Amino acid sequence: MTEIISTIFIAIGTLVNIISCIGLVRLPDLYNRLQSSTKSVTLGICSMLVGVLIKYGFIGIGIKALIAIPLIFLTATVSAHALAKGAYYFGIRPGEKTTRDDYKGNNK
Amino acid sequence: MVEFLLYIQVAICIFPLYCIIRGPSLADRMVALDILGILVTGICIKLIIITDQLFMMDIVYAWIILSFISVLTLAKYLENKKLND
Repeated sequence: MTEIISTIFIAIGTLVNIISCIGLVRLPDLYNRLQSSTKSVTLGICSMLVGVLIKYGFIGIGIKALIAIPLIFLTATVSAHALAKGAYYFGIRPGEKTTRDDYKGNNK
Repeated sequence: MVEFLLYIQVAICIFPLYCIIRGPSLADRMVALDILGILVTGICIKLIIITDQLFMMDIVYAWIILSFISVLTLAKYLENKKLND
């Protein structure tokens, strides 16, 4: 039973990863791409880690998988934020359809 | 079943590689590199389930932290700063 539930969680994670990779290729703008791909890939990896936790239970590796979830949440989001800020200062502007630009007039 | 999902996970690594080749500017390539780093973590997690080699979780930890530090360094380079600023 736990095998089936953990396989379902891993399948959900793979599906989210596929959707985010399609978004990485299809979306027009750098910031849209960053938003689509980074957040949802992180969600997919967290779903896979929950699958590992369900399969092995609360022994060594399950606890390790549980600790890896906040670790990957913190690191992936912080690196995406740093990348967006660096890209703005590098000189890449948002596309035509973006209406709100909080960094405007903030060019160092 | 998990082996099939592993094949899918390896196959979707083509999308970030394509974005690294295509990307018009430097920042696009860095975004794709960030995504590629997280997808490789998913490959390691599926290998845990398939092969029952439990030390793979340590590789997952190391890969997360390595990807984090490398992307932060590249973002620092984009902002035209030195590393000790």
